[in-house]
Amino acid sequence: MQISIIDYGLSNLASIERATKICARDAQVAVVDNPNDLDSADAIILPGVGAFADAMTNLKTGGFIPKIKTAVADGVPFLGICLGMQLLASESEEGGLHPGLDLIPGKVLRLQPQKKEKVPHVGWNSITWTGTTPLSHQINSGTDFYFVHSYYLAPKNPKLIMAECDFAGGFCAVVQKDNVFGAQFHPEKSSTAGFTFLSNFIAQI
Amino acid sequence: MLKVRIIPTILLKGAKIVKGKSFNAERTFGTLLPAVKVYNSRQVDELIIVDILATKEKRPPDFESIREASLECFVPLTAGGGIRTMNDVTKMLRAGADKVSLNSICFERQEFISEVANRFGSQCVVASIDVRQQADGRYLCYSHAGRTKTSQEVVNWAQTMEALGSGEILLTSIDLDGTRKGYDLELLKLVTKKVKIPVIISGGAKDYDDFYRAYKAGASGLAAASIYQYTQSTPSEAKKYLAKKGVPVRI
Repeated sequence: MQISIIDYGLSNLASIERATKICARDAQVAVVDNPNDLDSADAIILPGVGAFADAMTNLKTGGFIPKIKTAVADGVPFLGICLGMQLLASESEEGGLHPGLDLIPGKVLRLQPQKKEKVPHVGWNSITWTGTTPLSHQINSGTDFYFVHSYYLAPKNPKLIMAECDFAGGFCAVVQKDNVFGAQFHPEKSSTAGFTFLSNFIAQI
Repeated sequence: MLKVRIIPTILLKGAKIVKGKSFNAERTFGTLLPAVKVYNSRQVDELIIVDILATKEKRPPDFESIREASLECFVPLTAGGGIRTMNDVTKMLRAGADKVSLNSICFERQEFISEVANRFGSQCVVASIDVRQQADGRYLCYSHAGRTKTSQEVVNWAQTMEALGSGEILLTSIDLDGTRKGYDLELLKLVTKKVKIPVIISGGAKDYDDFYRAYKAGASGLAAASIYQYTQSTPSEAKKYLAKKGVPVRI
């Protein structure tokens, strides 16, 4: 079994690679910078630290987009993390209006802080499950994960929202559309809870 | 509810962890990896690792140490010290840091903050601001590990850093650093009143109640080193204390 983590030149790869290796048990974990390597992937992780426009540019010039779409159409479990989740959208308003992968119809919007809240949303915050997803196995509502972002994905179809985080009026923390998953938090930075989440994703293979 | 963050700070001189008073006279406290492992097992919310010699020695930061540390660290890691170019930032993030802390370079080229924020996002950028209180009561900023006094007053500088795209501010009182006399809450309130981005307070943490007072004064993160290195205090106990006082913390 092969879990591929896409390297598109922007992300913190060391942490997600290590965390995935710990959770993967028997599966091989590889960071891939060649889109052809996605052909043999049984699961794909799209990590993300950075700005939306740069990320899409890098994915495009790296030749990843057609391979991602093929893999998803073939039913390969696909997890976007943080910026990676936002890239699943149809478009983002970060730094202008930019098109995304359009795997989860919806828009990426800027968080609107309420009262004393500050943006970026940085720190540990709890999620509440609002939908049924295998990613929630052994993770109770109210569990804290580490968030660090200024934008969020708002799916067009609210039924795709699997978990919400109560910040900036509430935003989608976990999204799922068939075999495409997204987490706005960083499971690789969320200690034990994060490991459980990653393990739940890997179990989808 | 967003939780307040307990953030131990590790200062590096080469491979060794050091801790001094007011940025001077450091003692050695062992090496990096064991410390990271211990903190990681102790419910810390984040870690900050600063290479305090990099700028002075005019060399790039020690990426390899950060890479090794990140392999044992499953909470967010902020790396600082000697980061001066986009290449430094890219290498830091690829080595495993989640955020970069920038100080001296900002006084030479303010635009660097914007460049990093535009490329990697504000959430990656921590503006590290070291201050000393002057005789007339003002707080002035210092660069180069506290060795170079600038003419920048702390509130102006914090607002500049915010406007240029910093995601957070790491605010350190050089005067109180290493003294365990208590955080400078006046300094903290001065800044938190005037910026909207999260402020992590550092320098002088005395005891668990000090963490509580800093939270009430507006701190989003509570950075400390000496309190963990010189006393029996632990991050877990600190959080239990804060939770009992009704502070939102991750338990």
